[in-house]
Amino acid sequence: MKLYCLSGHPTLPCNVLKFKSTTIMLDCGLDMTSTLNFLPLPLVQSPRLSNLPGWSLKDGNAFLDKELKECSGHVFVDSVPEFCLPETELIDLSTVDVILISNYHCMMALPYITEHTGFTGTVYATEPTVQIGRLLMEELVNFIERVPKAQSASLWKNKDIQRLLPSPLKDAVEVSTWRRCYTMQEVNSALSKIQLVGYSQKIELFGAVQVTPLSSGYALGSSNWIIQSHYEKVSYVSGSSLLTTHPQPMDQASLKNSDVLILTGLTQIPTANPDGMVGEFCSNLALTVRNGGNVLVPCYPSGVIYDLLECLYQYIDSAGLSSIPFYFISPVANSSLEFSQIFAEWLCHNKQTKVYLPEPPFPHAELIQTNKLKHYPSIHGDFSNDFRQPCVVFTGHPSLRFGDVVHFMELWGKSSLNTVIFTEPDFSYLEALAPYQPLAMKCIYCPIDTRLNFIQVSKLLKEVQPLHVVCPEQYAQPPPAQSHRMDLMIDCQPPAMSYRRAEVLALPFKRRYEKIEIMPELADSLVPMEIKPGVSLATVSAVLHTKDNKHVLQPPPRPAQPTGGKKRKRASDDIPDCKVLKPLLSGSIPVEQFVQTLEKSTHHPPVPFLLEQHGFSDIKVEDTAKGHIVLLQEAETLIQIEEDSTHIICDNDEMLRTIRILHILLSSKLKTPVCLK
Amino acid sequence: MLKSQDLSSRILSFSLRLAGIFAAQENCFQYLQQGELLPTLFGEAGPLGGAAWTAPTVRSGWVQGLRTLARHPSALRFLAACGAVDTIFSLQGDSSLFVASAAGQLLVHVLDLAMRGPAEGRRGPRARDWPACAQKIVCHIEDSLCSAATPQVTQALNVLTTVFGHCRGLWTQGLWVRLSPLVARLLEKDPVPASHSLVDLLLSVARSSVLSSDRGLWETLAQTLSHLSPTQAGPLALGILKLQDCPQALRTQAFGILLQPLACVLEAAAQAPGTPGLLEGAAGDSMTVDTLLSSKSACVGLLCCALAHLGLLQPLPQRPSPWPQVPLLGAVVTILRLCSGSAAPTSDVGGRLCAILVGCGRVQRAALDFLGALSQGTGPQELVTQVFSILLEYLMSPESSSMVLKKAFQATLRWLLSSSKTPGCCDLDPHTQQFLRELLPVLQKRLCSPCWEVRDSGLEFLTQMTRQWGGRTGFRQALLASEVPELTRQLLRDPESYVRASAVTATGQLSGWGLRATPASPERPGAQQESLLGELLHILSTDSEGFPRRAAMQVCTEWLRDGRADVAEDPERFVAGVLQAASRDLDWEVRAQGLELALVFLEQLLGQRGSRCPYSVGLPETAPPGVLAQALQVLCRVQLFEFAFRALFDCDRPVAQKSCDLLLFLRAKAASCGSLQEAGDSPSVASVEATLQRWQAGEQGQPLGYLEPGAIVAVLRSVDLEGLRDTLAESSDHVEKSPQSLLQDVLAAVGVLGENEADCY
Repeated sequence: MKLYCLSGHPTLPCNVLKFKSTTIMLDCGLDMTSTLNFLPLPLVQSPRLSNLPGWSLKDGNAFLDKELKECSGHVFVDSVPEFCLPETELIDLSTVDVILISNYHCMMALPYITEHTGFTGTVYATEPTVQIGRLLMEELVNFIERVPKAQSASLWKNKDIQRLLPSPLKDAVEVSTWRRCYTMQEVNSALSKIQLVGYSQKIELFGAVQVTPLSSGYALGSSNWIIQSHYEKVSYVSGSSLLTTHPQPMDQASLKNSDVLILTGLTQIPTANPDGMVGEFCSNLALTVRNGGNVLVPCYPSGVIYDLLECLYQYIDSAGLSSIPFYFISPVANSSLEFSQIFAEWLCHNKQTKVYLPEPPFPHAELIQTNKLKHYPSIHGDFSNDFRQPCVVFTGHPSLRFGDVVHFMELWGKSSLNTVIFTEPDFSYLEALAPYQPLAMKCIYCPIDTRLNFIQVSKLLKEVQPLHVVCPEQYAQPPPAQSHRMDLMIDCQPPAMSYRRAEVLALPFKRRYEKIEIMPELADSLVPMEIKPGVSLATVSAVLHTKDNKHVLQPPPRPAQPTGGKKRKRASDDIPDCKVLKPLLSGSIPVEQFVQTLEKSTHHPPVPFLLEQHGFSDIKVEDTAKGHIVLLQEAETLIQIEEDSTHIICDNDEMLRTIRILHILLSSKLKTPVCLK
Repeated sequence: MLKSQDLSSRILSFSLRLAGIFAAQENCFQYLQQGELLPTLFGEAGPLGGAAWTAPTVRSGWVQGLRTLARHPSALRFLAACGAVDTIFSLQGDSSLFVASAAGQLLVHVLDLAMRGPAEGRRGPRARDWPACAQKIVCHIEDSLCSAATPQVTQALNVLTTVFGHCRGLWTQGLWVRLSPLVARLLEKDPVPASHSLVDLLLSVARSSVLSSDRGLWETLAQTLSHLSPTQAGPLALGILKLQDCPQALRTQAFGILLQPLACVLEAAAQAPGTPGLLEGAAGDSMTVDTLLSSKSACVGLLCCALAHLGLLQPLPQRPSPWPQVPLLGAVVTILRLCSGSAAPTSDVGGRLCAILVGCGRVQRAALDFLGALSQGTGPQELVTQVFSILLEYLMSPESSSMVLKKAFQATLRWLLSSSKTPGCCDLDPHTQQFLRELLPVLQKRLCSPCWEVRDSGLEFLTQMTRQWGGRTGFRQALLASEVPELTRQLLRDPESYVRASAVTATGQLSGWGLRATPASPERPGAQQESLLGELLHILSTDSEGFPRRAAMQVCTEWLRDGRADVAEDPERFVAGVLQAASRDLDWEVRAQGLELALVFLEQLLGQRGSRCPYSVGLPETAPPGVLAQALQVLCRVQLFEFAFRALFDCDRPVAQKSCDLLLFLRAKAASCGSLQEAGDSPSVASVEATLQRWQAGEQGQPLGYLEPGAIVAVLRSVDLEGLRDTLAESSDHVEKSPQSLLQDVLAAVGVLGENEADCY
């Protein structure tokens, strides 16, 4: 069993698991942090951004000044933003049979995989994952396509040139593989390959394994996956949450008794408690608005925003903010708010029950009704008529490189009355703000990440007790900036196996059993003998038939009726008579008796070709830690008897002798396989 | 009655206790003995062993009956004869905790009774001279102490703790001499059995005046300190340090035990070796380190206990001297840093401590409490700066829970107040000023928190700080430059009633010091204040919760008392408005506070009440007749009498009492001025009296109407205020306590006890 690790980002995983002749891709997250190296795409012409000076080398060489621009000491690529794809060279992605998606954030690379690698398999995901994933992709494509950029920089990607660039461009990995955003056509084609699944639904993959999605409690429709055969179970835990937010709670019980648990998508901010951050968010929002300032919340169009709106719904009246307008601007704002209300079966119990009242599960419906929350597809159009300040604006993209947020950063950045509050943990807020420097507006960092923290992981692992844990390398040691925080890593026994991008991991467990079915007529012919209370054995002669990863023992074919004379009948054609009772081989070897037999000169009728037999002389028996060694010095033969194996080591090529020994051995009680060397 | 077959267990229990009460008198005891009643009740022929015995209430009655009965030598003989002592022994392990505890106390009582006679006045009689009953009990205790079963040892230790805590006879000395070797032997066991009870016993012995001079005792204490685990030894160490006189060596050892966990933390977190620690050479005590690292709960438990014990010790006059203020401050700051994750220890132990403590609210609360206690001492400026910076870190951190924030606010307040005590300095020093500049934005944010507990603690902190520093220029400037006053004002409309109440108090305090939200416009200087007053009256009359209304009433009272300019402009209108709101209030505390305000108003009109000291002989101060008449007119106009008379018959006693006091004061003032024209026989007096009678009967619908001052004085004289005061001074259950209903009371009590048959705490 092998795990191919195609992504180095712990919360945007992309791994391929080879298990029992199936090739399963686990998530295909898209690392968008690469876009932080690019200049923002302004919706409205920005003189500031378009007049940034070009960057030149220390020696004054300015051949890159068209591609690279300098802003407050940072260098940015002036081009269409590009994304860092999962590894495509480590494994032939056309061999991937299925892709399992755990949540809508972890499917953003899907079009790259399904449309450009020869992939012919199926993608499995829950309905909300697909629908909201589609919204996220649609928003992304829209953000980038509506600001067409003539220029596409590629010179800087040259390895020799990249070395000369300042950080972080210099340290950016695999820039040659960075790709521009996909098109809506590719998105549609990719999504058409998805098959919808429900929680706890069992999906058979080629008869070899069964995969099952389980609720992970993180987002609408988010799932963990169980991949199991008859005797092996692999759990894939990605982006799970134990907090009480809007999605259905996490199903932990089904993860029990796993041989391997692959653990990804933990909280990116393990030191921040989401409750505290929500408090911080509300307090700062209220302070800013009370002072007449505006609040900008860069966010994704789905996810934490639902919980934030719910908190604000409860908070605004108490904080005297009822008259402040809240704007949600995204090409998919309307769909996102509506989708959230219709996926009742995927919501937490509390929200599910509201549907029967009937009430909308989320209170943002009421905010919309009372005109406190208004949503627009873009800043253009109706919004510009309704826009009233001070206000609170929720808009994307959290990287601050594209989307309507760029406009608001340019608009409000100059006033210290305004505040930008970062709630999405995916991007470093300092890097996100770099192309907007110098900035007068206040910046508050309240990352809200509801995914598991290390304390919760520790409890989870104690609860589900997997034999082995596999995780990204970032989780196997404390964060580099806080190397003393031993609590910020996975602590389990045996220690977790860690992986990094482009690494192939041999998972530490061997398959020991396979399920074989016995045809009823064959089973009927078996005559078990009880060798000890509760244990019966029977010898079987049958044909093993294997098809579609299913193994069946069938009765051996009836011999063809002899058409010729007796001459053609050979001993090997005899059907073994199953009903004749033969002694079964089991139990330990009584060494003394065995030695005595060896010493005796005997005649063994079942071995007719041994006409004359002399006993062995010069036999020595040595006791070892695990059993005995019987030395037949004269015959240069060594018999090693251990509890679970017996070896006859015989350098002499006289096989007869071996056959003799073996025969004597077999006539003793024998428990374990015998090897001949 | 006892012969009845279906006697209820409650009646039986009552009979046992009643018989005990009767038999407490020796002659009565003799009488009952003659009738063989006592053996029937307490002996083997009684309920003992019968079906009724299974009821805990019967066993409890049996023990209590004997406890009351055992007051004279005859009782002792009776106890010995009926074999009760053995039963008491067995009841010590009773399944009902009440019975078990009472049995232990009875044993002590019997022992004391037995020993008091022969040993009185003599120094510890020899053991063989002890009465048989005492011998038996002591032997039982000895056996229990030697027992391998911990519950038995615990019982023996508990009995001994009570003996040494309550019995002052010299015989206790002999008892200790006899039993101390057995107690010392307990220390040889590993783990020490019943360590809590052992600690209690040793402290009880050490506190006993009869025994505290025993040298052996100090040795035992020292031994115990070194044998017990760090967690078990903490309470003993604290107890030893609280003792008035004990050897210095023992005190040093005990203090070391308390300091040990903090010393370990200090050493583990020290950046460089050789940093001065808390304890010379003992910081690395392996037992403490092992406990700290063994598990999260052990670590948290030990640190919390150590911090709490040191916090209790800090203000005591007998605390160890020199008090290691600086290393203690260092240790507590380190603990707080470990808890917040801001410490970066380099050692292994430090790293593991950090992993255990990070985010631990219990330790944070204990450490902040102790840090607050340490504000009473001083420290080098560098360390004080660290204290303020860790406090600020906690106040700022979004990770701080509401309880931790509350403690952080309290500790900050204590440190701020102690740091500004510099003599001869009327304003804040530059460090404090700088801290305030950083603190106020944090407070601002906390006042906007979605968590009401946080808003509430923020307001409480603001109130306290303003109360102390409202007059200091530095504070005033910083506060006025911030949005805190405005936010406080907005919190008057908070959805949470506790927050509204705190906001009312804080706003009252701020406005008392002239710290208004925004400077009032020059054209209308009082506009802001007026509207604040309006807001308070609005809260008083409309708020659905009692807390904000009580707070508003207190603020109004303070404003009137302080003679604030805007109130003083037209106090009549002010008082009339407030009293009108208070008179309709359903909350008795608001009505009582309304009477307080009325009293303040009266005093302002008529002069102070006499000395409040009940023992001083105060001559009533006389007011000139003209002033009195005028004052009464005013009081009539503000309808103070209607309010006070209604309150006189209030269903809540404190309100009625307060009103009675107020009216008595007024009558005394009026009496001193005889020239006021009375209208004793006028129809209005009669109607007032009739109305009052109806009010007293519970019909409060009818208003009193407008009253003439003369009629008021007449009514005041006619109402029996003294009688009413005396009645009100009786406890609310004085009727039930009358002799006629004594038996009913006892039976009712039995009934209540019966309901408590199940053990509960």
